[in-house]
Formats: sequence, C-alpha cells, structure tokens
Amino acid sequence: MEPIEEELEDEAALELPSEPMKLNMGPSHPAMHGTIRMVLDLDGEIIQEVDVQPGYLHRGFEKSCERGTWQQVYPYADRLNYVSPMLNNVGFSLAAEKLLGITVPERCQYYRVILGELARIADHLTCNGAGAMELGAFTPFLWCLKVRDWVWDILEKETGARMTHSFGRIGGMARPPTATLKEDVRALLPEIEKVLMEVETMLLRNRIFLDRMQGVGILTKELALDAGVTGPMLRSTGVDYDVRKAHPYLVYDRFDFDVPIGHDGDNYDRFLVRTEEMRQSCRILAQACDQMPDDGPINVDDPRVMLPEKHAVYTTIEATIAHFKLVMEGIKIPPGEVYSYTEAGNGELGFYLVSDGSGTPYRVRCRPPCFINLAICRDMLLGEMVADIIPTFGSVNMIGGECDR
Amino acid sequence: MSAKILARLQAQFGARILSTSSFRGDDTAVVAAKDWREVALFLKTDAETALDHFTDLTAVDYPEREPGLPRFDVLVHARSMRKGHRFTLKTRVRDGESLDSLLPVWRGADWTERECFDMFGIVFRGHPDLRRILMYPEFTGHPLRKDYPIERVQPLVKYRDEDNIEKLAPFGPEEGQPFARIDWQARLLGEDLQVAPALAVQQGQKHNTSETSATQKGAPLPAEIPGKA
Repeated sequence: MEPIEEELEDEAALELPSEPMKLNMGPSHPAMHGTIRMVLDLDGEIIQEVDVQPGYLHRGFEKSCERGTWQQVYPYADRLNYVSPMLNNVGFSLAAEKLLGITVPERCQYYRVILGELARIADHLTCNGAGAMELGAFTPFLWCLKVRDWVWDILEKETGARMTHSFGRIGGMARPPTATLKEDVRALLPEIEKVLMEVETMLLRNRIFLDRMQGVGILTKELALDAGVTGPMLRSTGVDYDVRKAHPYLVYDRFDFDVPIGHDGDNYDRFLVRTEEMRQSCRILAQACDQMPDDGPINVDDPRVMLPEKHAVYTTIEATIAHFKLVMEGIKIPPGEVYSYTEAGNGELGFYLVSDGSGTPYRVRCRPPCFINLAICRDMLLGEMVADIIPTFGSVNMIGGECDR
Repeated sequence: MSAKILARLQAQFGARILSTSSFRGDDTAVVAAKDWREVALFLKTDAETALDHFTDLTAVDYPEREPGLPRFDVLVHARSMRKGHRFTLKTRVRDGESLDSLLPVWRGADWTERECFDMFGIVFRGHPDLRRILMYPEFTGHPLRKDYPIERVQPLVKYRDEDNIEKLAPFGPEEGQPFARIDWQARLLGEDLQVAPALAVQQGQKHNTSETSATQKGAPLPAEIPGKA
C-alpha cells in the first residue's frame, strides 16, 4: 500500500473530479416569492448555467382583455402586480385616456398620485421586508408589514378593498376622495419614516446581511440598458431613469423629489435604492397633500366615457339609454394604437393598446417590468453560489401575476 | 422631438420606409420584414437616433386584413437614454413567415421574442433558444392569435415516459398518491397506459412495475371492458 503522504504532496490531487450537477429549484420553493422554476447546472456550489422558466402563473391576461369591454380590464389589471394594484389601475387609465385623447381634472390627477405613491410604498416595503426575511432577519419583515398594513388601511378607506381595488375608471376614479384622506396620509408619513429608520438600523450594520448583499448579483449599466431593465433595478446600476422625472405624467412635474441611484448594481444597492425611494414617495405625498384642491370634479365631464348619475338613470330615459349603452357596449374608443408608460413598483409599466373602434379592446399588451427585468437574471447569477440566488432573485422582485400575466 | 427620427430614417432609407405615422405623440415607422434588423440596428447605433434603451417587443394579429397585407404586425419600442426620445418600429409578417431576430441588436429581445413566438407562433430567425416561455412545451396552438378560441380546452399532458427508466413519474397511485389525475376516457379505451399501470400489466404491455399492485390483487379486470364497443 502506498503511504498516504505521497498522494497528498500535490494539493491539486485533493480536488475530487466532479461532473456538473443538475438541480431543479422551484417552481414552488419556500425561499422564493413567486412560482418560478430554475434549472441549475452546478459545479459544487457554483452556478455554471441557469435556465429561468417563468409562466406558472399565466392566466391569459391579454387574451381575457380581448373579450370584455374597456372598463372590464380593471379587475384583470389589479391582478398584474398584486402588491401595488393601484399603480396598474392608474397605468391602464392613463393609457386608455391617451388613446381617447382626454385628460382628467386636476384634482383626480393629485388623487391618482397620492394613491399610486401609497401603493409604491407598499410594494417596496414588501420587497425589502421579504428580502431581509429570506436572509434570516425576521424582525424587519414584521415591521415592514406592519407599516404596509397601515398603508392598506388608508387604501381600504378610500377604495373599499385592501388589495385588489379595481378603483380606476377611464376618465376618472370610481369615487371622490374621502374627507379624511389628507389627514390620514399626513399622519402616516412620520410613521413610515420612523420604521424605515428602524429597519436600516437593524440591517445596514449587520455582517450577515452585508456579506450576502454586497457584491452579489451585480448588473452592469450597459447590459441593463441593452436588456431594457427599468425601475429600481436600473437605478441601482447608476442610471437616473425614472419615468416620473424623464417623461412626467399626471402632475409629477410639480413635485420636488430626487431620483436615488446606486453605484454597483448589486443587491445591496437595490435594497438602498428602494428604501430611499420610499422616502422620496413620502416627500411627494406630503407635497401632493398640500397642493391637492379640496373640491372640484374628479371625473371628466364627457358623456361618451362617464356613466350618468344614478338618480338620472332612474328618472330619465336619456340617461337610462346612455347607461345601458356604456355598460353593455362599452366605451367606444376611436380606432388607433398608443403606447403609454408609467413608473410602477418594479419599473416602466407600459400598455400598448389597439382599438378598432368597437367597445372591446382589439389588443391590450402589457409591458411587464419584472418580466423584462427577470430576463437578465441569468447573467446576474452566473458564477455565484446557490445561496446567492435567494437575495438576488428577491431584489429583482419578480411578481408572478405581472411576470406571467 | 422624435419627428426628427422619422426625418432621419427617411433620409437614410428612403423608399424602404413604407409608411410613417405620429398619433398622440407616438412616432412609428413601418418597414418591410427583410429590412427589420438593419433598420433596428441603425436606430440603435446612429448618433442622432441612439435608441439604446430597449423597451418592448410585441405583435398584433390581424387575420381579417385586406388581402395582400400580411397577417401579423410586429413592433419594437425603444427609447434613447441620452436624448430622451422614444420610437416605435413596426413590420409585417405573413403567417408561417420568419423574421430576423433582434437579439444581436438589443439583449432585451431575448425573452420578448420567445413570448411572441409562444403567443403568436412568429418564428424569429437566428434566435438561439426559441422555445415557449409562458406556456408549457406540450401546449398546442398559439393563444393570442385571434382564431384561438378562449374557451378551448387543451389535452391533458401525458405523464413522462423516459428511456431507460423503468419507473413511472412520481405522480400516480403506484407512488402512493391517491389523488393523481386519472384520464378515465383514455383509461376505459385502454389507451392511457401511463396513469393506469395496473391496467397496462393486464394487457401485457410494458411498465411491469408492480406484481402485487392493489388493483391486481382484487377482482381481476376483464379482458374486454364491458360497453367499450
């Protein structure tokens, strides 16, 4: 028998030859929010190849839209990014209004900004909280969800539902704001700031958190632009592109707010960008509450688009007919096609609408921000360890409803 | 602002730009399918247009278009990071015709082209990995085509049958899962061998996995299923 020392002289001989191992991660993995499957080729724990397979939550959003009226898209749109449904409502409203060529009254624009920014805060809180939880930090998750519940309390008070509001309307909103809206929002803002501070105190000096976030899942600026990445993920690479600044819609050009950007495009930067965006959303909310007029119309005064008043429907034949035609045939949007885009929680939420002049959409294409962000996930994961998938995938913030539609 | 792009394109390509339109601030140019990649590459690399930020790629199906015009519109939206403008390039393809992949131009075309193929059946020439993305591989048809009825029911997916593996997929009653899907229609016709391994054994087929299966130990199944003919 050979003495064992001789074999060990060459250290390279210690390395065991290994074939790449196939590992099937998902579609229902406990540490990944969202049903997604990743087929990994592993060399030890290093990811050599990854095939990201979305589609497990496909419900046929675009097909379903083609068989109802324009107004009937709203419940489907709610369920795209179900963490911030109000932003989808606003995005679709703006797209349909662009196709119609109408603008909603100023008060409604402020109202949409306020509800949308609340939804954005809820979205980022969920992403950051869940991201921290997946790394073992459970307390920040609970704190984030606590604040998210307060945000949802306001949204519930306004819309009647906590998550799937279906509150948008073409040419306005379902109801005017409640009398206590400004008061509620103003009372919530310091609470949000306080919890953000607490979460940061808990995480940003934590060795485990830093080790797993910093320098992991790096995305370069050039690749991000080429791949069409938008939202916090693009801004973390150092590109200051925010639809609200670059192409202001609603009344975003009247607010004083900053677009936070990162340097490295790693998980840590994405976390910080989201946290800072929540602070900026708070600034927008405070200004919007100050500027929003207390009275004035919410809906456009256009009988082609808006339902007549209920009282008139029951008492006059003209309003009854108008109501019937709007409900049964839908809004007759003139033929044409537009691409309209807004800044949603994960990036640019675009709607490409084609109308043939009937009351039914000919085509509703949703440009889902996280589908396009997720497409580049493979490049961020190659060469990383298996455990790095969790924070990287978490900070991409793939939302199944929107990614798979 | 982006009317300049239309002028620039027309100066560069002349009659190869089939038509242009500006509707509600969206500028669009239509090109022939053979010029698709060349024009897209020009839009991205030219210093004046500089559409370096990919936005979206999608298609629209027009089955009832006047004869002579191809069935599908394929569009790509892009914007310029430096100039801040946006532009839409459109082309038309016939059913069954393939189109140059834009993957060499923009990386973002990767998944969006796969989705287009999945939903419309448009084949992108040169795409290295053109498989379905939202639907599963066994799905038949392309759901966003107008002639795909929304209420169509897809056939059940057969259980996997792999070479050299004498073991069924771990989904059936044989594997201790009593709630497995059973395609009774196929089973009664004796066609569905995968979900009813005991029946397959009876008929002398393959998948001879369980000599002592519960179904076999009970009342033996008749060779001819009553009522089958």
